[in-house]
Amino acid sequence: MKRMLIIFSALAFLLTSANTSSAQSNKGLEIAQAADQADQGFGSIVVELNMQLKNANGQTSSRKLVNKTLELTEDGDKSLIVFNSPKDVKGTSMLTYSHKEGSDDQWLFLPSIKRVKRISSNNKSGPFMGSEFAYEDLSSQEVEKYSYNFLQEDNINGDKAYVVERDPVDPKSGYKKQIVWYNADKGYRLEKIEYYDRKGALLKTLIYNDYNQYKGKHWRASEMVMTNHQSNKETTLSFSDYQFKVGYTDNDFSQNSLKRAGR
Amino acid sequence: MNQPSLVQYGFLSLLIWGLNATTLWSQKNINSSFDLELGTDLSLFFSKGAYEQQKQVYPAFYLQPEYALDWKGGMHNINFKGFLRYDPNGNSRDHVDVRELYYQYVKNNWELSVGAKRIFWGKTESAHLVDVINQVDFLEGIDGEEKLGQPMVQLSYASTFGTFDLFYLPYSRSLQFGNAAGRPRTPIILSDEEVRFEASQEAWAPSASLRWSHFIGPMDIGLHYFYGNAREPLLDIQADGAFGLLHPEVHQVGLDYQVIVKDWILKLETMYRAGGFDNIFATATGFEYTFSNIKNSGIDVGLLGEYLYDSRRELAFTSLDNDVFAGARIVFNNAQSTEFLLGFFSDLSKSSKLLRLEGNQRIGENYKMEVTSQFFLHIDEREFLYAFREDSFLQLTLIRYF
Repeated sequence: MKRMLIIFSALAFLLTSANTSSAQSNKGLEIAQAADQADQGFGSIVVELNMQLKNANGQTSSRKLVNKTLELTEDGDKSLIVFNSPKDVKGTSMLTYSHKEGSDDQWLFLPSIKRVKRISSNNKSGPFMGSEFAYEDLSSQEVEKYSYNFLQEDNINGDKAYVVERDPVDPKSGYKKQIVWYNADKGYRLEKIEYYDRKGALLKTLIYNDYNQYKGKHWRASEMVMTNHQSNKETTLSFSDYQFKVGYTDNDFSQNSLKRAGR
Repeated sequence: MNQPSLVQYGFLSLLIWGLNATTLWSQKNINSSFDLELGTDLSLFFSKGAYEQQKQVYPAFYLQPEYALDWKGGMHNINFKGFLRYDPNGNSRDHVDVRELYYQYVKNNWELSVGAKRIFWGKTESAHLVDVINQVDFLEGIDGEEKLGQPMVQLSYASTFGTFDLFYLPYSRSLQFGNAAGRPRTPIILSDEEVRFEASQEAWAPSASLRWSHFIGPMDIGLHYFYGNAREPLLDIQADGAFGLLHPEVHQVGLDYQVIVKDWILKLETMYRAGGFDNIFATATGFEYTFSNIKNSGIDVGLLGEYLYDSRRELAFTSLDNDVFAGARIVFNNAQSTEFLLGFFSDLSKSSKLLRLEGNQRIGENYKMEVTSQFFLHIDEREFLYAFREDSFLQLTLIRYF
């Protein structure tokens, strides 16, 4: 009888802890879905970016690019990035069709030889243009790309924040986990992300600064600062001239438009 | 060269008109940009030339201006890219080319382009068998990577079942061989008049091409048909080293295909060219396997392996008739965008071997340094490449962007 009791209480304990952990993961997923929901309906966006790279000695170099995005609901978004500087890569353009499941499709246009080259999106953990941002940090953040676990509530500048752990589903990801701070009072906008490498060590921290709200709904940061704690390098992305609902269609994200963009 | 100069003059007038238009309409919804690339290079040949007048050191300069203009949100645009090279030690590589000068009209998923353009379809690393629209700029390198501008009318239609391109090409250009002081050069320097055409209208015989290209999941596929003056001439090599070139009138069909499977990219280019002189089958196929972000260093290393076949065998213009290619691409993904490509060609039925190294890196924001080196080893005397057997070289280039 005593033995039975022990087994029962052990079972009960297991069940409750399983319950809490599934509750935590449900709550995490709900927050991610709410954040996704809160930003739906932006249609299409164009924005200019300045990317400043700083190495461990404080030396800097910069790149200028333009990013166009088309929102799609059934599958992931489409995006077109065009480089304007440094001048040797001016016109180099990248077209991405992101997918909720499976690998994204990605093409690169090289203007010097007019070549459109399909590239493998398998290499998602590699650095984007020598920066501290990996390809996967900049790709469309579809809800389906992670599994979630709610950690705790926090406070950021007087706003309520939800802290959620998200683990990349793709084994090709360079991260074991990410800790994300969602601002519960400001449309679930992201305030901070900590990236942990495959060994579980803190690799990078991303901070979102100077948010503006567009069309009464969509929060966009004017600055994103990525600090690499292991290499002591830093990349700052500054956004300017946000334009929403530009009226793009699929035609603006075709292989032909990729070639035109990089002309 | 009379006729191309005329064409070039026409393009120049169009450009001046375009420039005037910019100032006239500067208040309206017009975007324009001007860029200039200035390069200086030094080519060092390791041994004495096979022919008289050849030297071992060649400094040179080039200029590449680019101008782009668009209005009505990109619905109309005009693009220009010029090229000029000056080779002070013998003037062998001096030339001017209009790489691009075209007007383009864009409406929904339709595009119409009129003028000179460069069209690239290839997938493989070691050869570009399917690139049939443009002539090779032989003075910029015998590897065929650089192409001359081609006058055309191009209509392009993008749909959910692929992109369709229709080309009308009123004129075809011949290879340029420079002069006797040049290196690498052929044993005799053919003039434009000595290059023969099968078509009675010669270079002015119009050509046409149709291409369909599409992507399906991880696959990219292209099919083309071409009719007209073959850009790549047929070779006629005589015993004394003299040779003749003839551009036949041909029907060509070709396929280019690529599929991504995890870290592998599998590639295929193949073409069949039928004409009154010869029926040619050529293919290039292989893989690229990438080790990406090695040990979180950001460095990617791609290993390349390809096989090339050409039914002309010794008479293949590229001399890649039964060859294997092995290569490595090293991309550092650093702030200076450092890259290297190492390639080795080996002929399976002859002794010919080629080794090639390319590297480049940005310096600061506006400079770039390039290094290219190629070795010609045990070149078989039956191949066209035999003309360049003594021409192993190292070339250093410094580029300034404005």
